[in-house]
Amino acid sequence: MAEAASLSPETVMRQMKQNGVTDIVWLPDSETNWLFLLMKADPDLRLVGVTREGHGCSIAAGLYAGGRKPMMLIQNTGMLESGDSIRGWLMGLNVPIVLMVGYRGYTRHGVNTDTAATYTERFLMAFNISFYLVENDGDSDRITTAFQEAERTRKPVVVLVGDEYHGFNR
Amino acid sequence: MMHTADLLKVFAQHRGDAIVISGRGGRHWTEISDGVTDIPLGDPAMGGHAGFGLGLALAQPNKRVVLFDSEGDILMSLGQLPTIAEQAPANFYHFILDNEVYATTGGQPVPNSKNIDYAGIARSSGYPRAFNFAELDDFSRELPGILRAPGPVFVALKVFPEVENTPIGQRVRWRKRSADKVVQDLRGALGAG
Repeated sequence: MAEAASLSPETVMRQMKQNGVTDIVWLPDSETNWLFLLMKADPDLRLVGVTREGHGCSIAAGLYAGGRKPMMLIQNTGMLESGDSIRGWLMGLNVPIVLMVGYRGYTRHGVNTDTAATYTERFLMAFNISFYLVENDGDSDRITTAFQEAERTRKPVVVLVGDEYHGFNR
Repeated sequence: MMHTADLLKVFAQHRGDAIVISGRGGRHWTEISDGVTDIPLGDPAMGGHAGFGLGLALAQPNKRVVLFDSEGDILMSLGQLPTIAEQAPANFYHFILDNEVYATTGGQPVPNSKNIDYAGIARSSGYPRAFNFAELDDFSRELPGILRAPGPVFVALKVFPEVENTPIGQRVRWRKRSADKVVQDLRGALGAG
C-alpha cells in the first residue's frame, strides 16, 4: 500500500479526539493554520493561545491539575525556548501530556541548513523526553502511542511533525 | 508596605472554599492552611505561576482559584497577562506580592521596581479589574468586595522583602508535601486522580 504523502490536519484532529484531548495550549507557526481552523470550529475543544511557548507548560500543568487533558501544539524553536518550563512544570509535576512539535528545518536525510532542526532531537535526548516522528497520515497511530506512553509514564512525550514544509498546511 | 504574613491572615478570613495557590507566600500560607485545596508548589520554574493559576481556573470554573504570584514572576512572563485576559476566567483572583527585590537570591533589586504600575499593566493587558494596595487597612477594607465580584481580577500588594541569604542547600524546607504530591492530592479531591 502506498504511503499517504502528507499529514492532513483532519488526521491530527481525529487523533486528538480519539485520545480525549480537551484543551489545546498553543502558539501558531506558519504551517498550522488549517489545523487552527478545524480546532476553532470544534465546540468541545478549548484553545488557549499563548504569547511564548514556555508559558504553555504551566497552563497545561494547571489544566491537568484541575482534571482536564491538555495537549500542546508548538514549533521546535518554541520548544527550545521552553526548556526550564518543560523541566519544572511538566516533568517536575509529572504531567502526562503530548506536545506536538513542528519540526522546522527537517529534511529526512539529516543534511539540513536550519539549526532549529539541528538541535531538536539533541534537546529531547538531553532532557530524556521520548519522541515519535510523524511525517504523513500513515504515521498517525504514533500519536496515539505517544498519548499512551505519556499516561503510562506520567511524563511529557513529544510528537515531532516532520511535514512542516509540504502538506501540514494546504 | 505590608507584611506578607499579615495580609495572608486577612485573606484567610475571606477565603471560603477557594483553591489557594500560595506561590511566593507559600511559607506563611502553609502555617495557616495546608489541605488538599492548598497548592504550595514552591518554584517549579520562575514565571509560570500565573499560567498554572489560569489552567486550574479554566479546568474548575465552579471553584474560585486564588493565586499569590510575585512581581518578579510576572515580569518574567508579562505575555501571560493577555492570555489570561482573553480567556477571562470569572473564578480567577490573581494577587501579586511585590517586594521590589529578588528576595530568595539575596535581595537584589528588580529592574525599575519602584516605578512600575502593575495594576496598570494588568488593566492594559485586558484584565477588567485591577488594583494596587500598599497599606493593610486599605487592603482589608477592599478585599471582601474584590472577592465577591467576578474575575479575572489582578491585585498588586506592596510587601516588605523577606530576604534570604542562607545558601539554598542549608535552608529549612517549609513544604510538607512535594509539588507532585500536591497536584495528585488536588486531583484526588476533585475526583480526577
